[in-house]
Amino acid sequence: MANIEINYKNDICQIECSGGWTLDSVAEVSPQLKKALSAIGEASDVILDITSVEVFDSAGAILLLNYADKFKGKGYHVNITGASEEQQRMLAMYRQQLATTTTETQLNPRSIAARLEHLGEKSINYVLGTAHFFAFLGETFNALIYYFVHPSSIRFRAIFKNIEEAGVRALPIIALTAFLIGVVIAYQSAVQLEKFGASIFIVDMIGIAVTRELSPLITAIVVAGRSGSSYTAQLGVMKITEEIDAMKTMGFDPYRFLVLPRIIALMIAMPLMIFFADLIGILGGMFIANVQLNMSYSEFASRLQSVLDIKHVWVGIIKGPFFAGLIAAVGCYRGFQVSYNTESIGRYTTISVVNAIFLVIACDAAFSVVLTELGI
Amino acid sequence: MSAAVVSMRNIVTRFGENLVHNDVNLTVYKGEIYGLLGGSGSGKSTLLREMIMLLRPESGSVEVLGHDVLHIKHTEAAELRKKWGVLFQSGALYTSLTVAENIAITLKEYTSLPPDLIDSIVMAKISMVGLPEHAASLYPAELSGGMVKRASLARALSMDPQILFLDEPTSGLDPVGAEAFDKLIVSLREHLGFTVVMVTHDLDSIWTIVDRLCVLGDKKVVAEGSLEEVMQSTHPTIESFFRGSRGTIRSRV
Ligand SMILES: Nc1ncnc2c1ncn2[C@@H]1O[C@H](COP(=O)(O)OP(=O)(O)O)[C@@H](O)[C@H]1O
Ligand SMILES: [Mg+2]
Repeated sequence: MANIEINYKNDICQIECSGGWTLDSVAEVSPQLKKALSAIGEASDVILDITSVEVFDSAGAILLLNYADKFKGKGYHVNITGASEEQQRMLAMYRQQLATTTTETQLNPRSIAARLEHLGEKSINYVLGTAHFFAFLGETFNALIYYFVHPSSIRFRAIFKNIEEAGVRALPIIALTAFLIGVVIAYQSAVQLEKFGASIFIVDMIGIAVTRELSPLITAIVVAGRSGSSYTAQLGVMKITEEIDAMKTMGFDPYRFLVLPRIIALMIAMPLMIFFADLIGILGGMFIANVQLNMSYSEFASRLQSVLDIKHVWVGIIKGPFFAGLIAAVGCYRGFQVSYNTESIGRYTTISVVNAIFLVIACDAAFSVVLTELGI
Repeated sequence: MSAAVVSMRNIVTRFGENLVHNDVNLTVYKGEIYGLLGGSGSGKSTLLREMIMLLRPESGSVEVLGHDVLHIKHTEAAELRKKWGVLFQSGALYTSLTVAENIAITLKEYTSLPPDLIDSIVMAKISMVGLPEHAASLYPAELSGGMVKRASLARALSMDPQILFLDEPTSGLDPVGAEAFDKLIVSLREHLGFTVVMVTHDLDSIWTIVDRLCVLGDKKVVAEGSLEEVMQSTHPTIESFFRGSRGTIRSRV
C-alpha cells in the first residue's frame, strides 16, 4: 500500500509519502499526487518526504521524480527528504536517466498531422505497390527467358516437387469439393426439371456447367487457399530468416530458384486438376440423377456423349494455366513483400489469398466475355 | 554466505534417448553474478529453461526464490514470473512491436500505472541500457545485433526483477560491444541489486564479471565455485576450457 498525506506548515507544503512505492502499488498514489498538484494551496516550498517509504523501485522513483519536476514546473521550490542511502542512489540514477531523455518524447503520435501523414504514406505505397507488382512480373519474365536460353538451368526437381505438393496432394480435397458441387447442381436442377418433365436435360446442364465454369473455378479457389497461401508463407519465412538474402549472395536468383518453379508447376498441374474435377463433378451429378430421377448411369453417359461438346471441356481446361499463373504469381509476390516481423506473414498470406481469388474471378469474367464474343 | 536464490538438486534431463543431465547440482546465491559454462550442447540453455519453468526435468528438484517450481501452484507461478527477467539467446523481442512497446508490455499487462508514468519508466529503462532515445520507436528488425541485446535487456528489466537470466548475452557481439555489455550488467547489478544467472562462452566475461560459476561436462557439474576454486580442478573439460590457447593467454595476463 502506497500513501501520501499533505500538511501545510507556514509556507511549506509537506507531502508525507509512506508504504511500499512499487510497480504494484504506486498506481494508487498517482491520482492523489495529481490532485495535490492541482489543488496546492498557499506555499512556496514543497517537501516530498519519503522517510516512511518501505520499498521503492523504478516505478516509485520515477513517479516521485516526475512529480518533483511538475511541482518545480509550477514554480515551487521542491525538496525530496528522508531518502535512505540506497534510495538516494536510486533516485540519482533515475534522475540521470530521465535527464538524458527529453521530456517530450512522443511514444505514440496521435495528432491530426500524423494521421494525414499516415494517409499520404498509405496512398503512395498503394501506387508504388502496383509498380512493384509489375517489377516482379518483369523479373519473373526475365528469369523465364534465362530458362529458355539456358535450358539446363531449369529447376526440374523443384518443379516436380511443387507439382506433387500443389497438385497431387490437393486431389483428395478437390475430389471432395467437385463431387459436392456436382451433387448440389444436380439436386437443385433435378427438382426444377422434373416439374417440366425435362429430366433428361440435367445431363446437358451438369455437363456444360461443370466442365466449362464450375470445376475451373472451384479448383482455382481450392488451389488459392491451399498453395497460394503456402507460397506466401514459405517465401515470407525465408525472407525473415534471411534465406533469400543468403541465396542472392550465393548467386541463386530467387526468381529462378523459387518463383518460376512454383509458377510453372502450378501451370502444369492446374489443367490436369481441372480435368480431374470435371470427372468427379460429373460423377456427383450422375449419382444424384440416378438417386433422384431414376436415370441409369448408362443413360446418363450416352446422353452426355451426344450433348457435351468437347469445346466446353477445352475451354475449362484452357483457363487452368491462366488461373494458376495468377495464383502462383500473387502468392510469390506477396511472400516477397513480407517485412521483418512475424505478424506480416499472417497479413500477407491473407492478402495473397483474397487477391488471388479476386483475380481468378475477374479473369474468368474476361474469358466469358471474350469467348462469347468469339462465339465459342 | 547469503541466501540461495536458485538451487537445483539431482537434476536428470533426457530428450528421448539423449541423456543431457545426469545428477546436476548447483546453487546460486543472492546478489551474485553466476556463470553457467560448458561446451556447445552440454545443456546450459536446457538447464536455464528448467529454472524458468519452460521445461521440466525428468527428476530432481528446482527451487527459485524459495519456490519449488516443479510443484508450484498456478497463481504462485504467475507471481514468480514477475520477479525475474529473461534475456533469450536470440533476443526474442516481439517483432510486431516497437522497442518501447516491447518494454511496456508487461507494465501494461500487470500493473495499473497511468500511461504517462509507463512512458517515463520505459524511457528510463531505454536510457539505462544505453540505447539512444530514438531507438524507442524502432522495430526489432531495424536494430543492430548489439541494440537487440540491449533492448531485450531493457525488456527483461521492465518489472524490476530480482533475478536476471541471461542466455549468452554477449554472443554475436564484437569484443568492444561485449565488454560494454558486461560493464552494463555489473553497473546495473550495483544499482538495482539483482542476482544474475548467465550462460556464457565468453572467456572475457568469465574473467571480468562472473563472481561464481559452474562448468558442465559429462552431463554433470564438473566444478562449481569462484574462478580460483574452479581453476584448481584438473578435470579435462576445465583443462581444455581454461588452458586451451585462448584461455592460457588470459590467465597469463
Ligand atoms: N527441445 C529439444 N528436443 C530435443 N533435444 C534437445 C532439445 N533442446 C535441447 N536438446 C538437446 O539437448 C542438448 C543440450 O542442448 P542445449 O541446452 O541447447 O545446449 P547448450 O549448452 O549449447 O545451450 C543438445 O544435445 C540438444 O540437442
Ligand atoms: Mg544454448
